[in-house]
Amino acid sequence: MRNDPNMSEYFFIAVFAVVALVVVAGILILSAVLGPKNPSPQKTVPYECGIIPTEEAKGRYPVRFATIAMLFIIFDIEVVFMYPWAVALDQLGFFGLIEMFLFIFILGIAYVYIWGRGGLEWD
Amino acid sequence: MELLIFYPIAALAVVLALFVVFNKSPIGSAVSLIGLMLCLAGVFIGLSAHFVAILQVIIYAGAIMVLFMFVIMLLNLKDDDNVIWKSREGNTLLTVLTGFLVLGILYKIISITLSADSSKPAKIMESFGTTAEVGKSLFTTYVLPFEVASILLLVAMVGALVLAKTKID
Repeated sequence: MRNDPNMSEYFFIAVFAVVALVVVAGILILSAVLGPKNPSPQKTVPYECGIIPTEEAKGRYPVRFATIAMLFIIFDIEVVFMYPWAVALDQLGFFGLIEMFLFIFILGIAYVYIWGRGGLEWD
Repeated sequence: MELLIFYPIAALAVVLALFVVFNKSPIGSAVSLIGLMLCLAGVFIGLSAHFVAILQVIIYAGAIMVLFMFVIMLLNLKDDDNVIWKSREGNTLLTVLTGFLVLGILYKIISITLSADSSKPAKIMESFGTTAEVGKSLFTTYVLPFEVASILLLVAMVGALVLAKTKID
């Protein structure tokens, strides 16, 4: 690690991560140690009243969820390209703006195609 | 100081990697893998690769793991199905062969790393690895690969939709 001036900003992230870990672990341990436990068959049922479950919660999921997930990943990658572009835009100038417009235009074609074929509809 | 940060993160990464392999439930493995990705992001920050660390969190821990989760849920592995992974004839030879190949690659990497002259590190500029620096070189020197990447994403989107929505027309 070099003497990097950017490194000190990670200190807050490190503090945040440690606090998050301590709080989560603390709540779990405290509730396990201090909480009263009197299990009975009635209490372990998922729903206190209503239909008694007959099978496991694991079921098959419609493929639409996976389609949405795939489209999400691709748009996510698109947004990741905009991140360094936005940070460096003041040095890139007008040329950088044109580049990003071209990028968004090409992906806009895909967006219009998906929209037109009903890829974003839920049926 | 830097080792004081690196070693806990690296140790946590190794522990989480073992969890990924030995966890009985696939979802548990996937969650351990998310933790492993975050640890790797920490290692990248230690190497001053700020943008790579952010990519590790946004793309791997965010997007790729979503796909892993969906594959796990779509396959819907029951506990009894785990038996098929254990008793597959002819897999032993392949496993051993793959292990030796990985060992060879690791040997090569380690021997190159050890033979390098670490007393004279290459000079790099102050802002190396920052997001602004990545943005500058991506949108000036490597602008053509960047625009080609948009076409790659276009093909991926159209392909995903065509494969998943065969019944629509």
